[in-house]
Amino acid sequence: MLQINKEYINLLLTHDQRVDGRKLEQYRDIKVEYNISENAEGSAKVSIGDTVVLAGVKMDVGTPFTDKPDQGSIVVGAELLPLASEDFELGPPSGDAIELSRVVDRGIRECQAVDFKKLCIKEGEKVWMLFIDIYPLNDAGNLQDAAFLAAIAALKTAVFPKLENDKVVFGEFTKEKITLQRVPIECTLLKIGDKIVLDPTLEEERALDARLTVAVTEENKVCAMQKGGEKGLSMDDIDKMITLAIEKTQELRKNLK
Amino acid sequence: MAYTKRTDGRKFDELREMEAKVGIIKSADGSAMFRVGKTIAIAAVRGPRDLYPKFKQDSQKGVLRCNYDLMSFSVTERKRPGPSRRSQEISLVTEKALLPVLELDNFPNAVVDVFITIVQADAGTRCAGINAASLALADAGIPMKDLVCAVATGIINEDKVIVDVNKEEEDLEGGLADTPMAILPRSGEVTLLQMDGEASKEEILESIKLGKRACEQIYRVQRDALKERYGGMKDAAD
Amino acid sequence: MGELKVKEKDLVIPGEILAEGMDYLPSTGTFREGEHILSSLVGLTYISGRLIKVIPLSGKYVPKKDDMVIGTVKNITLNGWIIELGGPYTGMLTLKEASSDFIERGADLSQYFDFGDMLVTKIVNITKSKIIDFTMKGPGLRKLKGGKVIQITPSKVPRVIGKQGSMISMIKESTGCRVIIGQNGRVWISGNKPEEELKATRAIMIIEQESHTEGLTDKIKNFLEKGV
Repeated sequence: MLQINKEYINLLLTHDQRVDGRKLEQYRDIKVEYNISENAEGSAKVSIGDTVVLAGVKMDVGTPFTDKPDQGSIVVGAELLPLASEDFELGPPSGDAIELSRVVDRGIRECQAVDFKKLCIKEGEKVWMLFIDIYPLNDAGNLQDAAFLAAIAALKTAVFPKLENDKVVFGEFTKEKITLQRVPIECTLLKIGDKIVLDPTLEEERALDARLTVAVTEENKVCAMQKGGEKGLSMDDIDKMITLAIEKTQELRKNLK
Repeated sequence: MAYTKRTDGRKFDELREMEAKVGIIKSADGSAMFRVGKTIAIAAVRGPRDLYPKFKQDSQKGVLRCNYDLMSFSVTERKRPGPSRRSQEISLVTEKALLPVLELDNFPNAVVDVFITIVQADAGTRCAGINAASLALADAGIPMKDLVCAVATGIINEDKVIVDVNKEEEDLEGGLADTPMAILPRSGEVTLLQMDGEASKEEILESIKLGKRACEQIYRVQRDALKERYGGMKDAAD
Repeated sequence: MGELKVKEKDLVIPGEILAEGMDYLPSTGTFREGEHILSSLVGLTYISGRLIKVIPLSGKYVPKKDDMVIGTVKNITLNGWIIELGGPYTGMLTLKEASSDFIERGADLSQYFDFGDMLVTKIVNITKSKIIDFTMKGPGLRKLKGGKVIQITPSKVPRVIGKQGSMISMIKESTGCRVIIGQNGRVWISGNKPEEELKATRAIMIIEQESHTEGLTDKIKNFLEKGV
């Protein structure tokens, strides 16, 4: 990132202003499209401004964990393809890709958005595994919130594949939906200087001091958090950030059908 | 059993419906989407840019690098993320299919990266990928002698040649000689040619002939997509 | 007899035939193949006499001698500064070309130009393999302080500048911002208020996106006056 632009971002923020004219807590326009890939059990495309993320759900039959014989599970993955950004490289998942997918995973898992017990086929033997894969198409900042929205949107449209003799018939779907017990939403807040900024652009992200992602349920309960960035957060920062996240996730949830 | 009627009702030399769009990934230097039937490919070009490791640099001209892969959910049975032997081979032949049209002399020591990913697969993904990549390269302003058009033909039951094979046909019992090819529309040169199956020389030559004709239609879709993208800039006045 | 297949300022794509016969000569963005002259780029045709060229509508910056560009100090060596231009090519600004003052070898060079500093500089020389020499000696060449830098498509630079600088003057006057445009597509904008800088940025973005549409000057004028 150009040093001159980093200084410019900081200068504007001291006057509560942003480079693109938005308010500090204002998101860019959000668009959600469903069923963007027919072979997936569920899929969605989310744009936040120029950031675009695809997510798809595939299902397969697996064996349950021994300590949870009556429960299926989810596996969240993210591939940061170099297609989407100058900064992404080919090769095994980077730390950023792993963090992105794990933070999505926890946001869904910890509030039991998906009822794992409903994914049981035969106790102790066969359960459904939900693979949620996330692919950014263009990174213009705030991949985390876009990825989470895309994952939830894909889950909302997902249907069970056809099962014959406990094996999946690939390419054939039932009409039975994966019901979501809850619809958590993630909101990422940046601290740049002494200001809190939401929905950062790529350049704002590169200027950050600290970052906090907060997953919030409909009941305004926090169900996952992740702090990032090189600097620390004060108690007061965290208080403000969680308050803002609760407020904003209510707004963000309205983008889902 | 003779294959008298195609599974989706098409004529033997008929392509599936096509759609192309240029400039779909904002941060890329060039990008495009190419859809044929239910197969959707997207391509992004990044470069010319720095090439590392340095020993791969060519001080005489730029280097082309292609990468093809499927999104995990693009296929009926989930594809494990990461490169496979198949995707690496396709990346390689895609590179060779595109290289003959590219003029990279003006980019010494640099690399032009082409990234192709399949969002939805219903056979013919490498060809759709090449069609998208060719558009993305033009969009990136890389000098080219021509576009590149690609299609897969099939020789079915040892007597019928079909154009633009879909997944159902690919999986037909009795076998199909699947022949993906890339063709330079002006010269008719073939820059990608693969075949698996069994066929006579005559059948193969016939299928390439039909493939060439199909590529004329693909070219028109590509040309229109490029002109649409830059069409607003057509009438330079004031 | 040669025959033109396109008109002036036609939109063409790679491989499109521009002229037939040997009467015409291929210039930049075109090539000859047998009897034909063809385009190698997506761009607009320009015909002057027998010469045909295609001005690209996209593409990264390819450095040229005498171009004024906006570069960044990427590294400092014993003999000068390594400057990058946002593309794959970097170059050298030597002590001799950095200032009209004498800079002693071994001096602390960061006092003149530090890491990350942005410079309005000029390409004095370039080799075939794109090794570049820069200079800071010349009118307007200097270090930039404050403001911000945006990136536009290098081929759109002439449109943002306008005829005899008309477009850019209009933006500067209306917004009160100082604006410097490098041939590498980097545009430096510095004003008194962020709103004015944003307005200048948006005006430049509109020119970039609609660079060859009709009535662009009026459109920009309208935007600057009414914000639409």
